[in-house]
Amino acid sequence: MNKLFLSKLTQILLYGVLVSYAIVTLIPFLWALSASFKPLSEIVSGEANFFPRSFTLENYRQIFFQEPLFLRWLFNSVAIAVSVTGLNLLFNSMAGYALARLRFRGRQFWFFLLLAVLAIPAQITLIPTFLILKAIGWLNSYQGMIVPSMVNATFIFMMRQFFVNFPRELEEAAQLDGLGQFEIFRRIVLPLAKPALAAQAVFVFMGSWNNFLLPVVILFDPEMFTLPLGLNTFKGQYISYWNYIMAASMLFTLPVMILYAFFNRYFIQGVTFTGGKG
Amino acid sequence: MTRRFVKTPRQRKLLKPVERQRLRQDLTGYLFMAPTLFVIGVFVVLPILFAVFLSVHRVQLLGEIEYEFVGGRNFQRLVTDDRVGIALRNTAKYVAIVVPTQTMLALILAVTLNAGIKARNWLRILYFLPTVTSSAVLTLIFMWIYNTNGLLNDLLAAIGLPTYNWLGDPAVALNGIMLMNIWSTAPFYMVIYLAALQDIPRSVYEASELDGATAWQQFIYITVPLLKPVTFFVVAMGIIGTFQLFDQSYIFSGGTGGPNNSTLTVVLLIYQAVFRNLQLGYGARSPSSSPLSSLPSP
Repeated sequence: MNKLFLSKLTQILLYGVLVSYAIVTLIPFLWALSASFKPLSEIVSGEANFFPRSFTLENYRQIFFQEPLFLRWLFNSVAIAVSVTGLNLLFNSMAGYALARLRFRGRQFWFFLLLAVLAIPAQITLIPTFLILKAIGWLNSYQGMIVPSMVNATFIFMMRQFFVNFPRELEEAAQLDGLGQFEIFRRIVLPLAKPALAAQAVFVFMGSWNNFLLPVVILFDPEMFTLPLGLNTFKGQYISYWNYIMAASMLFTLPVMILYAFFNRYFIQGVTFTGGKG
Repeated sequence: MTRRFVKTPRQRKLLKPVERQRLRQDLTGYLFMAPTLFVIGVFVVLPILFAVFLSVHRVQLLGEIEYEFVGGRNFQRLVTDDRVGIALRNTAKYVAIVVPTQTMLALILAVTLNAGIKARNWLRILYFLPTVTSSAVLTLIFMWIYNTNGLLNDLLAAIGLPTYNWLGDPAVALNGIMLMNIWSTAPFYMVIYLAALQDIPRSVYEASELDGATAWQQFIYITVPLLKPVTFFVVAMGIIGTFQLFDQSYIFSGGTGGPNNSTLTVVLLIYQAVFRNLQLGYGARSPSSSPLSSLPSP
């Protein structure tokens, strides 16, 4: 649509729509943020004031004192999300590279198997996965959370698409210089794949950080909870203390928001990658 | 003459460099694939086979795990259980309303953002915010907004509309989850549409302008048809995503699917079947009975 042909009126209308939607997007966040700084009495009064009348940090202090496990949950979430992200980056790129570049027997077969895996909904494998983890004694453990999610078919495809369009000359030159396949991958291919890796990293990290279904099934010791699970328990304990619940929610959202503020370019890129090529 | 046909060990080695090269390539390939094949094998392929096995067995989970072959009895129970019907109906209703709404909203937002707006990048970053926030946090925030004397009811009352007990009234509880999910996933698809819009050549629009097409006609006759493959992708992804509704229902209802089973979804039912009631074989059958298993991959 050409800018020149938009009359002043439609221009105003467009901005009207966009700004109202921006408000609709922001209100829940601002409302939660303001509640996290309000004392309970102000919350119960049911007034719709976005600026707390009696501003307090008490709710945040309360969380750390009343819920000693909060830091532990934070640690669990970080440890799991970081390990899952690191392993995904390495393994997805290795598989994507192999499927795009290496010539080995059975490549087509594995490629189509992976395609099929993409179509399988998580709920079918949920219960058997639980039983398998139980059988090997990995319930309630970090490895139980990490190992099943350390590769991801979607991102293997993303990496494959990326490497298929990758210029071959560099690798060939390295081969002539006598570099092995692993050395070529580690020293030449991976460093050049940084944009794709960054997009993948934010998505895998977020997915792990926000995951609810897997932990709710395999983690049951409060010490091992991740933040989403902890938050849910917290809600059960402080059923109508919305000031505490909102403060805890805000603490939980903060790391992701910071990540998003710095890397939003990669988030958008990642969506386009998976969206355009998935 | 005969010397040619007798292979010395040295000659044999020389004769098969191609074969050795292939073996080395195979080895490298499988080394690169090894972690993926391991995880997919143990946590996808094995579980699927296991699910088939479980679906014809009765499983005792308490104490020692025991399996007893029961043939088609799990499937019979599935048909006679009222809550299966309720979960399927809720999920179907949810998919039928959320997918078209979020797709349309995403398309409208993307086209509006793409219409030469100055603050485009800023708005895009802002709109995307709910997508990066955890479903657990969003559900808690919305539960608070949906409170009987919460923000939403205040707003509705202010403009003279009827207020509801969003969390406790079975008639509206699922609508609350729908509204929340449309709000939080539409921006994700908006970004996909926005990227696809960049690929439509400007010349198409310019040509139509010469023919006197209005902005609305351009949208209906150019943008929408050219975005068809993307729309297919967005709808397919939307159906897959909405069918797996679990987190929101679980947190909303405290795991029960209440009030009065109004937020019970297929995945929540499977979860309950195993982890609440410990009836295993039954649970493993439920998922594959959902229409999802017949869905093509996007």
